[in-house]
Amino acid sequence: MYIIIVGGGSVGFYLCKELLNEGHEVLVIEKDARECECFGEELGSVCIRGDGCETATLAEAGASRADIFIATTNEDEDNLVACQVAKHKFDVPRTIAQINNPKNEAIFRRLGIDCLVSVTTLILEHIEEEIPTHSLIHLLTLRDEEMEIVEVRIPQGSAAIGKSIKELKLPPDSILSLVIRNGQRPQVPSMDTVLEVGDRFIALTATESEETLRLALAGS
Amino acid sequence: MNVVIVGCGRVGAQLASLLDAEGHDVTVLDVDSYSFRRLPVGFGGTALVGDGTDEDTLKKAGVEGADAFVAVTQGDNRNVMSAQIAKHAFGVSRVLCRIYDPLRKDLYETLGLEAISPTAIFAQLLKEKLMTSS
Repeated sequence: MYIIIVGGGSVGFYLCKELLNEGHEVLVIEKDARECECFGEELGSVCIRGDGCETATLAEAGASRADIFIATTNEDEDNLVACQVAKHKFDVPRTIAQINNPKNEAIFRRLGIDCLVSVTTLILEHIEEEIPTHSLIHLLTLRDEEMEIVEVRIPQGSAAIGKSIKELKLPPDSILSLVIRNGQRPQVPSMDTVLEVGDRFIALTATESEETLRLALAGS
Repeated sequence: MNVVIVGCGRVGAQLASLLDAEGHDVTVLDVDSYSFRRLPVGFGGTALVGDGTDEDTLKKAGVEGADAFVAVTQGDNRNVMSAQIAKHAFGVSRVLCRIYDPLRKDLYETLGLEAISPTAIFAQLLKEKLMTSS
């Protein structure tokens, strides 16, 4: 596949390296001359200097035969415009934009960018996972359905300890699909499953009910 | 008319002052409060510090009730992004933006933005001036 990457920062660099290793044809577009040189030294001639939002640069890069176009600069507006130019001027079938401000996700989607990667959200999720006191962890977002798969840990002091699932006031659009209990195999919980400290529930929930679910299971 | 202007440079400030003088309700946004020095003494509109590509800031600036929206920051891409947010997320009926790069301007016009390229207009103007005075 022919893949164009706009932005030669660390994401662009390692992405380029990875894709080259997988045997793809890759071209990086970077504004800064010094960054371009770094590519040349390590990866050969895979980087051209230029503005990835400019039609002329994308024409030079052969964007009309690109299969995938990835914009990964630190400026959201530049990523948006680069992807829109690639999509509408060069008919690139798949455009992917890095998003730095999570608020931009909805509008970028609406403006037709095929795939969005919100780096801030990703980093936050990973850090949350490393904070043991945090009772709810996002595992996966099902964007089209506006649902999430989350993990909820039952902390010390939770009001739900000792109660069975049918006694809890769970939001109707949340489903507890798996319970992982210390030293046991994961099980599908029943309405009679009684909650214990340290239980980990894997649940499917509507994004808007996430906080209600967390309070029902982990609230004190 | 309720007008939101993003970017209080020379053009933004001048436009704000003209509209304000005609009695329109004007809000000017800029990331740098120092830019508001360009507004005339006695300017009756609102000057707000904030990023015109941020939805919450735009809401604060009253974009939801605005009749018109103008994006005239120094960056083409910022203008394009904030104009598209105003048009598609908030449904402002009249949205204008400045795009210096003539090629990018053409593209966004086909995508439905009302854009003006000072580069093309000014070059044309200079050329005409040159030709007539010789």
